[in-house]
Amino acid sequence: MDVKIANTTQSILNKFPQKDKSNLIQILQAVQEKDSFLSPEAIGRISEHLRVSRSYIFGVATFYSQFKFNPPGRHSIRICLGTACHVQGGDFLLNAIKSELDISTGETTEDGKFDLDRVACLGCCALAPVVKIDNTIHSRMSVIKLKEILDGYE
Amino acid sequence: MNNFETIQKKAINEWQSLQENPEPVIYIGMGSCGIASGADRIWKQVHETISKEKIKAKVLKVGCIGPCYLEPLLDIQKPGFPRFSFNNVDEQKTIRLLTEFLNGEESKLKPLGHLDSQRKEIDGIKSFWDQPMLKNQERIVLRNCGIIDPENINHYIARDGFKGLLKALNIGPEGIIDEIKKSGLRGRGGAGFPTGLKWQFCREAKGKLKYLICNADEGDPGAFMNRSLMEGDPFALLEGMVIAAYAIGANTGYIYIRAEYPLAIERLKIAITQMNDLGFLGKNILNSGFSFEIRLKEGAGAFVCGEETALIASIEGQRGMPRSRPPFPATSGLNGNPTNINNVETLATVPNILREGGNWYAGFGTKTSKGTKTFALVGKVRRAGLIEVPMGTTLRKIIFDIGGGPIKPFKAVQTGGPSGGCLSEEFLDLPVDYESLTQAGSIMGSGGLIVMDEHTCMVDVAKYFLKFTSQESCGKCVPCRIGTTRILEILEKITQGKGEIKDLEILENLAHTVKNGSLCGLGQTAPNPVLTTIKYFKEEYLEHIENNRCPAAVCRDLVEYRVIKEKCTGCQRCVNVCPTGAITGPRSEPHNLDLSKCIKCRACYEICRFDAIAGDAIVIE
Ligand SMILES: Cc1cc2nc3c(=O)[nH]c(=O)nc-3n(C[C@H](O)[C@H](O)[C@H](O)COP(=O)(O)O)c2cc1C
Ligand code: FES
Repeated sequence: MDVKIANTTQSILNKFPQKDKSNLIQILQAVQEKDSFLSPEAIGRISEHLRVSRSYIFGVATFYSQFKFNPPGRHSIRICLGTACHVQGGDFLLNAIKSELDISTGETTEDGKFDLDRVACLGCCALAPVVKIDNTIHSRMSVIKLKEILDGYE
Repeated sequence: MNNFETIQKKAINEWQSLQENPEPVIYIGMGSCGIASGADRIWKQVHETISKEKIKAKVLKVGCIGPCYLEPLLDIQKPGFPRFSFNNVDEQKTIRLLTEFLNGEESKLKPLGHLDSQRKEIDGIKSFWDQPMLKNQERIVLRNCGIIDPENINHYIARDGFKGLLKALNIGPEGIIDEIKKSGLRGRGGAGFPTGLKWQFCREAKGKLKYLICNADEGDPGAFMNRSLMEGDPFALLEGMVIAAYAIGANTGYIYIRAEYPLAIERLKIAITQMNDLGFLGKNILNSGFSFEIRLKEGAGAFVCGEETALIASIEGQRGMPRSRPPFPATSGLNGNPTNINNVETLATVPNILREGGNWYAGFGTKTSKGTKTFALVGKVRRAGLIEVPMGTTLRKIIFDIGGGPIKPFKAVQTGGPSGGCLSEEFLDLPVDYESLTQAGSIMGSGGLIVMDEHTCMVDVAKYFLKFTSQESCGKCVPCRIGTTRILEILEKITQGKGEIKDLEILENLAHTVKNGSLCGLGQTAPNPVLTTIKYFKEEYLEHIENNRCPAAVCRDLVEYRVIKEKCTGCQRCVNVCPTGAITGPRSEPHNLDLSKCIKCRACYEICRFDAIAGDAIVIE
């Protein structure tokens, strides 16, 4: 078992009472915040702590789009496909970036630089289309602007 | 209530001395939208410049004031003057404002308006509120947004904060419910259920333990009213929650908020701490004997969790699946206890009603829809942003007078998000209230208002929403799970040019089945985008089906990109941006576009239109 993941998971679990599964989503969020994704090891630990089966945890985790089960890239690209962004061309952005990076949504580039996904509305609809890269929201995007911004990432 | 008076006096002092500050005060709009347009860079620049130029000034952050298209916004208040507001500020402009404008030099930098409480002209500058986007609004729930520092409770108190709560504690639970009933307030989360009645049900429900939940899931993709409100004035929501909890008899409250709103979460946390410190929250609130605590629960990205029973399941740590009602949450909600759920805007309106009276609030709006409503006015409009208008305002007034209309001819307006519909031009004079919108086949929803012009394809819009609802369907009931997928498949066929005439009938039949057979509001309303677009934009469907043509040039399978040889100067910009190498050609000669390689990503079209020497040598047909 990956020692680092096991340790961070355990330190998170220590903050939550055992057997209280109403905290499951919060725990998953905290673990993902630290590890960037939910590893099988982490899920195993959570299952022991809350005394619920792994399949129950997977059932809950896969229901919510926030949770990821693959290691992400160094930078995450989130293309907004909310209504306002869709109407202003968010779809075109997604298509161009998919073929530029040669990956689909939910995947990570081979060099581990970027992972790509869609989100439904970042709440900046008045500035559509918007793209979130790591924690920065870029507004009024175009294919060209996005490509230029991506070139700036290591 | 001596204690409150002391707190209030101190707050008013702080607020007044800010207005009369002997040194300049700089306010920066730092809502999510402001930050996305670069307000954080402006924040940095301001600090850099004032330290370099040794300017003595106070710098504050405020929330979003509404006209997002003008962001980043920066206000400067010189001693003896009100706040002057400047729009679309960048680093260069910031430096000039802090030097030229502050020094009183003659400058080309004219403010957009001033924010004095009096609307008359000051120094030749008009009031900010007299701009076309703002002058037709009625700001009740948004009254503090963009004005106060959302991280400073004293600003809120100085502007009549917690007066509503004080009144509520005086008149007692029954008195509160009466006042809310008088106001005619209806739920702002979508369904429009009378709030006073809902509170009464929960108050009368049997059970010692009761809960209050604020629905801050804001699932409509394309709406941000709740986000702006929580970022700009978190105290209003929290005060409303204390009042509601007191009315129904709950001692614990939850705010179920989208994880995509980190800034709102942070500001709520700060506000909760400050309220606890001053005794507006926690044990024995304002010595009334009433205790109330608020917990935040972050959603994890599922649209259906905005539905109240799914939301409760999610708070309990389960998959967010709705269940059939009754029992309603008012009798059996969180952990089986009576629970009252209200939307952010509903709750944030409450302090205003208590403070000014139910009759006052009922003076706004129409006969059945009282008060004001916020809308996220976005899409193809010149002035996009967050607005608040009295119920009953016409769509035309909202879209054209406030929003400035689209640049290209108007085609449709979508209200109510994935549960709503698209209305055509003939509905522009429709007053916006719950009943009128429902009658037209759409819904009020939570307040998303998306304007579409001739470059929007209505079949594509219907497909977009069905893709959303079919993905977000929780899968519990068959009509919704299978039905939305089947509808989506047919819409995909049509946008690919493979549709048949009989598909329209099948679509309508399917839509009615899903509408009538689904368990929760998601499925019951999911067909609305399809039904309204077929009803009001049938021509466009027929163009796709009969002529394999997408009039808006959106559906990718039905359009082609072409280089106009006579116009192309061979500047090679498009060659450089094409991700698939579909465009080739030597410099200074018209380029070639290899259709077999073209993925129709629009990159060449964009650069040709906006940047290149040739203008629009690349067209979509
Ligand atoms: C699929 C679905 C999604 C919903 N999403 C939201 C939402 O994001 N925010 C909200 O306040 N209400 C939402 N609602 C409505 C809630 O179920 C509920 O009616 C509302 O929170 C009640 O508050 P109100 O009376 O103040 O409007 C949704 C309903 C359905 C069926
Ligand atoms: S639709 Fe993209 S930010 Fe709202």
